[in-house]
Amino acid sequence: MDVGAEVRRVYGESVGILSVSLLGGLFAGAVLGSEPMREAFRQYPGLLLLLPAFLATRGNVYGAFGARLSSGLHQGLIRPELAYDERLANAVVASFVNGIGISVVIGVLSWAVLQALGRESARLVELVGITLVSGVLTSVVLVFGLMGLVFGSYEFGLDPDNLIGPIVTTLGDVFGVVFLYLAVVIVGVVL
Amino acid sequence: MSEPAAADTGGEGLGTWRTRAIVATMFPLLVVLSVLEMGSGYVLESLEATYLDNPTLLVLVPVMIGMGGNLGAIFSARLSTRLHLGTLSFAPRDEALWANVAAIMSLAMTVFAALAVAAWVVGRTIASPMGFADLAVISLVSGLLLAALAICISVAATYLSYRRGLDPDDTTIPVVTNVCDILGVVVLSAVATLVL
Repeated sequence: MDVGAEVRRVYGESVGILSVSLLGGLFAGAVLGSEPMREAFRQYPGLLLLLPAFLATRGNVYGAFGARLSSGLHQGLIRPELAYDERLANAVVASFVNGIGISVVIGVLSWAVLQALGRESARLVELVGITLVSGVLTSVVLVFGLMGLVFGSYEFGLDPDNLIGPIVTTLGDVFGVVFLYLAVVIVGVVL
Repeated sequence: MSEPAAADTGGEGLGTWRTRAIVATMFPLLVVLSVLEMGSGYVLESLEATYLDNPTLLVLVPVMIGMGGNLGAIFSARLSTRLHLGTLSFAPRDEALWANVAAIMSLAMTVFAALAVAAWVVGRTIASPMGFADLAVISLVSGLLLAALAICISVAATYLSYRRGLDPDDTTIPVVTNVCDILGVVVLSAVATLVL
Protein backbone atom coordinates (compact mmCIF):
# COMPACT_ATOMS: atom_id res chain seq x y z
CA MET A 1 0.00 0.00 0.00
CA ASP A 2 1.02 3.61 -0.53
CA VAL A 3 1.45 4.74 3.07
CA GLY A 4 2.12 8.37 2.13
CA ALA A 5 -1.11 8.66 0.13
CA GLU A 6 -3.09 7.06 2.96
CA VAL A 7 -1.61 9.51 5.50
CA ARG A 8 -2.54 12.46 3.26
CA ARG A 9 -6.08 11.14 2.76
CA VAL A 10 -6.77 10.69 6.49
CA TYR A 11 -5.19 14.10 7.20
CA GLY A 12 -7.24 15.82 4.52
CA GLU A 13 -10.52 14.31 5.71
CA SER A 14 -10.10 15.56 9.27
CA VAL A 15 -8.08 18.77 9.22
CA GLY A 16 -11.08 20.98 8.37
CA ILE A 17 -13.36 19.80 11.15
CA LEU A 18 -10.51 19.87 13.71
CA SER A 19 -9.81 23.50 12.73
CA VAL A 20 -13.43 24.42 13.44
CA SER A 21 -13.16 22.72 16.82
CA LEU A 22 -9.85 24.55 17.45
CA LEU A 23 -11.54 27.91 16.79
CA GLY A 24 -14.34 27.08 19.23
CA GLY A 25 -11.82 26.04 21.88
CA LEU A 26 -9.75 29.19 21.34
CA PHE A 27 -12.81 31.39 21.75
CA ALA A 28 -13.65 29.55 24.98
CA GLY A 29 -10.04 29.93 26.12
CA ALA A 30 -10.07 33.66 25.40
CA VAL A 31 -13.15 34.02 27.62
CA LEU A 32 -11.51 31.93 30.39
CA GLY A 33 -8.31 33.99 30.28
CA SER A 34 -10.11 37.36 30.22
CA GLU A 35 -9.78 39.68 33.21
CA PRO A 36 -13.43 39.41 34.39
CA MET A 37 -13.32 35.60 34.29
CA ARG A 38 -10.00 35.48 36.19
CA GLU A 39 -11.59 37.79 38.75
CA ALA A 40 -14.48 35.30 39.05
CA PHE A 41 -12.02 32.43 39.62
CA ARG A 42 -10.45 34.44 42.47
CA GLN A 43 -13.83 35.45 43.90
CA TYR A 44 -15.37 31.96 43.85
CA PRO A 45 -12.85 29.32 44.97
CA GLY A 46 -14.12 26.02 43.53
CA LEU A 47 -15.01 27.47 40.13
CA LEU A 48 -11.65 26.40 38.64
CA LEU A 49 -12.06 22.99 40.28
CA LEU A 50 -15.41 22.34 38.58
CA LEU A 51 -14.38 23.73 35.17
CA PRO A 52 -13.03 20.48 33.57
CA ALA A 53 -16.06 18.46 34.74
CA PHE A 54 -18.41 21.20 33.54
CA LEU A 55 -16.83 21.37 30.07
CA ALA A 56 -16.41 17.60 29.67
CA THR A 57 -19.96 16.58 30.64
CA ARG A 58 -21.39 18.80 27.87
CA GLY A 59 -19.83 16.44 25.32
CA ASN A 60 -21.28 13.36 26.99
CA VAL A 61 -24.86 14.60 27.50
CA TYR A 62 -25.37 16.38 24.19
CA GLY A 63 -23.15 14.01 22.18
CA ALA A 64 -25.44 11.17 23.29
CA PHE A 65 -28.53 13.25 22.42
CA GLY A 66 -27.13 14.05 18.96
CA ALA A 67 -26.17 10.42 18.33
CA ARG A 68 -29.67 9.33 19.40
CA LEU A 69 -31.31 11.83 17.02
CA SER A 70 -29.09 10.64 14.20
CA SER A 71 -29.77 6.92 14.78
CA GLY A 72 -33.48 7.68 15.20
CA LEU A 73 -33.53 9.40 11.80
CA HIS A 74 -31.60 6.56 10.12
CA GLN A 75 -33.97 3.97 11.66
CA GLY A 76 -37.07 5.98 10.74
CA LEU A 77 -38.12 6.20 14.41
CA ILE A 78 -38.33 9.99 14.34
CA ARG A 79 -38.91 12.42 11.51
CA PRO A 80 -36.78 15.53 10.87
CA GLU A 81 -39.49 18.00 11.88
CA LEU A 82 -39.86 20.28 14.87
CA ALA A 83 -43.40 18.97 15.52
CA TYR A 84 -44.49 17.15 18.67
CA ASP A 85 -43.43 13.53 18.72
CA GLU A 86 -43.45 11.39 21.84
CA ARG A 87 -40.02 9.84 21.26
CA LEU A 88 -38.43 13.16 20.44
CA ALA A 89 -40.08 14.87 23.42
CA ASN A 90 -38.84 12.10 25.75
CA ALA A 91 -35.29 12.42 24.43
CA VAL A 92 -35.40 16.21 24.84
CA VAL A 93 -36.73 15.98 28.41
CA ALA A 94 -34.11 13.33 29.29
CA SER A 95 -31.32 15.57 27.97
CA PHE A 96 -32.58 18.46 30.09
CA VAL A 97 -32.75 16.22 33.18
CA ASN A 98 -29.26 14.81 32.53
CA GLY A 99 -27.66 18.13 31.57
CA ILE A 100 -29.16 20.25 34.35
CA GLY A 101 -29.00 17.47 36.95
CA ILE A 102 -25.30 16.79 36.40
CA SER A 103 -24.54 20.53 36.50
CA VAL A 104 -26.00 20.70 40.01
CA VAL A 105 -24.07 17.55 41.01
CA ILE A 106 -20.83 19.15 39.76
CA GLY A 107 -21.46 22.29 41.83
CA VAL A 108 -22.08 20.19 44.96
CA LEU A 109 -19.06 17.93 44.26
CA SER A 110 -16.71 20.85 43.87
CA TRP A 111 -17.89 22.37 47.18
CA ALA A 112 -17.65 18.96 48.92
CA VAL A 113 -14.09 18.32 47.64
CA LEU A 114 -12.89 21.66 49.02
CA GLN A 115 -14.67 21.06 52.34
CA ALA A 116 -13.12 17.59 52.65
CA LEU A 117 -9.66 19.02 51.97
CA GLY A 118 -10.25 21.80 54.46
CA ARG A 119 -9.63 24.46 51.81
CA GLU A 120 -11.27 27.81 51.29
CA SER A 121 -14.37 27.51 49.12
CA ALA A 122 -17.20 29.67 47.87
CA ARG A 123 -20.57 29.09 49.55
CA LEU A 124 -22.47 25.98 48.39
CA VAL A 125 -25.38 28.13 47.20
CA GLU A 126 -23.00 30.23 45.07
CA LEU A 127 -21.30 27.28 43.35
CA VAL A 128 -24.59 25.42 42.77
CA GLY A 129 -26.26 28.66 41.66
CA ILE A 130 -23.54 29.17 39.04
CA THR A 131 -23.62 25.59 37.71
CA LEU A 132 -27.44 25.49 37.74
CA VAL A 133 -27.89 28.74 35.81
CA SER A 134 -25.18 27.88 33.28
CA GLY A 135 -26.50 24.30 33.03
CA VAL A 136 -30.02 25.50 32.20
CA LEU A 137 -28.79 28.01 29.61
CA THR A 138 -26.40 25.56 27.87
CA SER A 139 -29.09 22.84 27.81
CA VAL A 140 -31.59 25.07 26.03
CA VAL A 141 -29.10 26.24 23.40
CA LEU A 142 -27.48 22.84 22.83
CA VAL A 143 -30.66 20.75 22.71
CA PHE A 144 -32.48 23.03 20.28
CA GLY A 145 -29.31 23.98 18.39
CA LEU A 146 -28.40 20.32 17.85
CA MET A 147 -31.94 19.45 16.80
CA GLY A 148 -31.84 22.20 14.17
CA LEU A 149 -28.37 21.23 12.93
CA VAL A 150 -28.96 17.45 12.86
CA PHE A 151 -32.37 17.76 11.15
CA GLY A 152 -31.02 20.38 8.77
CA SER A 153 -27.98 18.36 7.74
CA TYR A 154 -30.13 15.22 7.33
CA GLU A 155 -32.56 17.07 5.04
CA PHE A 156 -29.57 18.33 3.03
CA GLY A 157 -28.50 14.71 2.52
CA LEU A 158 -25.48 14.86 4.85
CA ASP A 159 -24.87 12.06 7.35
CA PRO A 160 -25.19 13.72 10.78
CA ASP A 161 -23.03 10.93 12.29
CA ASN A 162 -19.90 12.56 10.89
CA LEU A 163 -20.76 16.00 12.21
CA ILE A 164 -22.13 15.48 15.71
CA GLY A 165 -18.86 15.00 17.62
CA PRO A 166 -17.14 18.19 16.47
CA ILE A 167 -20.40 20.21 16.50
CA VAL A 168 -21.04 19.23 20.12
CA THR A 169 -17.50 20.02 21.30
CA THR A 170 -17.50 23.36 19.50
CA LEU A 171 -20.96 24.52 20.62
CA GLY A 172 -20.32 23.11 24.10
CA ASP A 173 -17.03 25.01 24.50
CA VAL A 174 -18.37 28.30 23.14
CA PHE A 175 -21.72 28.40 24.95
CA GLY A 176 -20.40 26.56 28.04
CA VAL A 177 -17.92 29.28 29.02
CA VAL A 178 -20.06 32.21 27.88
CA PHE A 179 -22.98 30.97 30.01
CA LEU A 180 -20.61 30.13 32.87
CA TYR A 181 -19.54 33.77 32.88
CA LEU A 182 -23.13 34.98 32.55
CA ALA A 183 -24.09 32.73 35.48
CA VAL A 184 -21.29 34.23 37.59
CA VAL A 185 -22.66 37.71 36.85
CA ILE A 186 -26.27 36.69 37.62
CA VAL A 187 -25.29 34.89 40.87
CA GLY A 188 -23.17 37.91 41.86
CA VAL A 189 -26.18 40.19 41.50
CA VAL A 190 -28.80 37.89 43.08
CA LEU A 191 -26.86 36.34 46.00
CA MET B 1 -57.46 8.40 23.05
CA SER B 2 -58.18 4.93 24.42
CA GLU B 3 -56.10 4.37 27.51
CA PRO B 4 -55.09 0.69 27.12
CA ALA B 5 -54.04 1.07 23.49
CA ALA B 6 -51.97 4.15 24.26
CA ALA B 7 -50.32 2.36 27.17
CA ASP B 8 -49.56 -0.70 25.02
CA THR B 9 -47.99 0.97 22.04
CA GLY B 10 -46.54 3.73 24.20
CA GLY B 11 -44.85 1.45 26.72
CA GLU B 12 -43.47 -1.18 24.36
CA GLY B 13 -42.97 0.78 21.17
CA LEU B 14 -40.91 3.46 22.86
CA GLY B 15 -38.25 1.05 24.14
CA THR B 16 -35.06 2.98 24.80
CA TRP B 17 -36.84 6.23 23.91
CA ARG B 18 -38.43 6.57 27.36
CA THR B 19 -37.23 9.51 29.42
CA ARG B 20 -36.75 7.34 32.48
CA ALA B 21 -34.70 4.75 30.55
CA ILE B 22 -32.39 7.40 29.08
CA VAL B 23 -31.80 9.11 32.41
CA ALA B 24 -31.36 5.81 34.31
CA THR B 25 -28.72 4.65 31.79
CA MET B 26 -26.77 7.89 31.55
CA PHE B 27 -26.98 9.69 34.87
CA PRO B 28 -24.93 7.23 36.99
CA LEU B 29 -22.20 7.28 34.31
CA LEU B 30 -22.22 11.08 34.26
CA VAL B 31 -21.78 11.17 38.04
CA VAL B 32 -18.81 8.76 37.89
CA LEU B 33 -17.21 10.82 35.09
CA SER B 34 -17.73 14.06 37.03
CA VAL B 35 -16.05 12.55 40.08
CA LEU B 36 -13.08 11.52 37.90
CA GLU B 37 -13.00 14.99 36.31
CA MET B 38 -12.62 16.45 39.81
CA GLY B 39 -9.07 15.00 39.71
CA SER B 40 -8.40 17.13 36.67
CA GLY B 41 -10.06 20.13 38.33
CA TYR B 42 -7.98 19.57 41.47
CA VAL B 43 -4.81 19.97 39.37
CA LEU B 44 -6.16 23.27 37.96
CA GLU B 45 -7.19 24.54 41.39
CA SER B 46 -3.83 23.57 42.93
CA LEU B 47 -1.99 25.49 40.21
CA GLU B 48 -4.42 28.41 40.46
CA ALA B 49 -1.63 30.94 40.96
CA THR B 50 0.27 29.72 37.86
CA TYR B 51 -2.85 29.82 35.67
CA LEU B 52 -4.13 33.17 36.90
CA ASP B 53 -0.69 34.79 36.59
CA ASN B 54 -0.26 33.39 33.05
CA PRO B 55 -3.72 33.82 31.50
CA THR B 56 -2.32 32.56 28.18
CA LEU B 57 -2.18 29.11 29.80
CA LEU B 58 -5.92 29.38 30.57
CA VAL B 59 -6.50 30.06 26.86
CA LEU B 60 -5.04 26.61 26.13
CA VAL B 61 -7.30 24.77 28.60
CA PRO B 62 -10.50 24.14 26.55
CA VAL B 63 -8.52 22.97 23.49
CA MET B 64 -6.38 20.70 25.68
CA ILE B 65 -9.54 19.23 27.25
CA GLY B 66 -11.27 18.61 23.90
CA MET B 67 -8.64 18.00 21.24
CA GLY B 68 -7.08 14.77 22.60
CA GLY B 69 -10.55 13.25 22.57
CA ASN B 70 -11.22 14.52 19.03
CA LEU B 71 -8.00 12.97 17.73
CA GLY B 72 -8.68 9.75 19.65
CA ALA B 73 -12.23 9.59 18.26
CA ILE B 74 -10.99 9.92 14.65
CA PHE B 75 -8.36 7.24 15.22
CA SER B 76 -10.74 4.86 17.06
CA ALA B 77 -13.47 5.20 14.44
CA ARG B 78 -10.95 4.10 11.78
CA LEU B 79 -9.66 1.22 13.88
CA SER B 80 -13.13 -0.12 14.61
CA THR B 81 -14.29 0.23 10.99
CA ARG B 82 -11.28 -1.84 9.88
CA LEU B 83 -12.01 -4.35 12.64
CA HIS B 84 -15.59 -4.73 11.31
CA LEU B 85 -14.28 -5.08 7.75
CA GLY B 86 -11.86 -7.73 8.94
CA THR B 87 -8.80 -5.88 7.62
CA LEU B 88 -7.31 -4.94 10.99
CA SER B 89 -4.45 -6.94 12.42
CA PHE B 90 -2.92 -5.85 15.70
CA ALA B 91 0.50 -6.72 14.28
CA PRO B 92 3.26 -4.14 14.75
CA ARG B 93 4.00 -4.37 11.01
CA ASP B 94 0.46 -3.41 9.93
CA GLU B 95 1.15 -0.60 7.45
CA ALA B 96 -2.35 0.89 7.53
CA LEU B 97 -2.14 1.16 11.31
CA TRP B 98 1.11 3.14 11.04
CA ALA B 99 -0.36 5.30 8.27
CA ASN B 100 -3.19 6.22 10.66
CA VAL B 101 -0.75 6.89 13.49
CA ALA B 102 1.31 9.17 11.20
CA ALA B 103 -1.84 11.01 10.07
CA ILE B 104 -3.01 11.59 13.66
CA MET B 105 0.42 12.84 14.74
CA SER B 106 0.56 15.20 11.72
CA LEU B 107 -2.91 16.49 12.59
CA ALA B 108 -1.79 17.03 16.21
CA MET B 109 1.32 18.86 14.99
CA THR B 110 -0.79 21.18 12.81
CA VAL B 111 -3.47 21.84 15.43
CA PHE B 112 -1.13 22.47 18.37
CA ALA B 113 1.27 24.64 16.34
CA ALA B 114 -1.74 26.73 15.24
CA LEU B 115 -2.93 26.77 18.86
CA ALA B 116 0.43 28.13 20.06
CA VAL B 117 0.36 31.00 17.54
CA ALA B 118 -3.31 31.82 18.10
CA ALA B 119 -3.08 31.60 21.90
CA TRP B 120 -0.05 33.91 21.83
CA VAL B 121 -2.03 36.50 19.86
CA VAL B 122 -5.08 36.12 22.13
CA GLY B 123 -2.84 36.22 25.21
CA ARG B 124 -1.29 39.52 24.12
CA THR B 125 -4.68 41.15 23.69
CA ILE B 126 -6.20 40.00 27.00
CA ALA B 127 -3.22 40.18 29.36
CA SER B 128 0.51 40.59 29.79
CA PRO B 129 2.22 38.54 27.08
CA MET B 130 3.94 35.23 27.68
CA GLY B 131 7.16 34.32 25.84
CA PHE B 132 6.33 32.73 22.48
CA ALA B 133 9.06 30.08 22.79
CA ASP B 134 7.72 28.89 26.17
CA LEU B 135 4.18 28.85 24.87
CA ALA B 136 5.12 26.97 21.68
CA VAL B 137 7.02 24.33 23.67
CA ILE B 138 4.14 23.93 26.15
CA SER B 139 1.48 23.66 23.43
CA LEU B 140 3.40 21.28 21.14
CA VAL B 141 4.87 19.01 23.81
CA SER B 142 1.60 18.59 25.71
CA GLY B 143 -0.40 18.30 22.47
CA LEU B 144 1.83 15.61 20.95
CA LEU B 145 1.97 13.73 24.26
CA LEU B 146 -1.84 13.80 24.42
CA ALA B 147 -2.12 12.58 20.81
CA ALA B 148 0.29 9.71 21.55
CA LEU B 149 -1.73 8.81 24.67
CA ALA B 150 -4.97 8.97 22.66
CA ILE B 151 -3.50 6.53 20.11
CA CYS B 152 -2.31 4.06 22.78
CA ILE B 153 -5.65 4.20 24.63
CA SER B 154 -7.57 3.71 21.36
CA VAL B 155 -5.55 0.65 20.39
CA ALA B 156 -5.84 -0.82 23.89
CA ALA B 157 -9.60 -0.13 24.14
CA THR B 158 -10.29 -1.53 20.65
CA TYR B 159 -8.23 -4.64 21.35
CA LEU B 160 -9.92 -5.26 24.71
CA SER B 161 -13.44 -4.78 23.29
CA TYR B 162 -12.58 -7.16 20.44
CA ARG B 163 -11.24 -9.80 22.85
CA ARG B 164 -14.36 -9.52 25.01
CA GLY B 165 -16.74 -9.67 22.05
CA LEU B 166 -17.97 -6.10 22.51
CA ASP B 167 -18.57 -3.77 19.57
CA PRO B 168 -15.74 -1.19 19.75
CA ASP B 169 -18.10 1.36 18.13
CA ASP B 170 -20.01 1.47 21.43
CA THR B 171 -17.09 1.29 23.82
CA THR B 172 -13.90 2.78 22.39
CA ILE B 173 -14.93 6.34 21.53
CA PRO B 174 -16.56 7.16 24.90
CA VAL B 175 -13.60 5.63 26.78
CA VAL B 176 -11.00 7.45 24.69
CA THR B 177 -12.73 10.86 24.72
CA ASN B 178 -13.34 10.78 28.48
CA VAL B 179 -9.85 9.57 29.42
CA CYS B 180 -8.35 12.26 27.15
CA ASP B 181 -10.67 14.91 28.66
CA ILE B 182 -9.30 14.05 32.09
CA LEU B 183 -5.66 13.76 30.98
CA GLY B 184 -5.67 17.01 28.95
CA VAL B 185 -5.40 19.36 31.92
CA VAL B 186 -3.05 17.00 33.78
CA VAL B 187 -0.60 16.77 30.85
CA LEU B 188 -0.80 20.53 30.19
CA SER B 189 -0.17 21.34 33.85
CA ALA B 190 2.75 18.92 34.12
CA VAL B 191 4.45 20.29 30.98
CA ALA B 192 3.77 23.92 31.98
CA THR B 193 5.23 23.35 35.46
CA LEU B 194 8.39 21.87 33.90
CA VAL B 195 8.79 24.67 31.35
CA LEU B 196 7.97 27.71 33.52
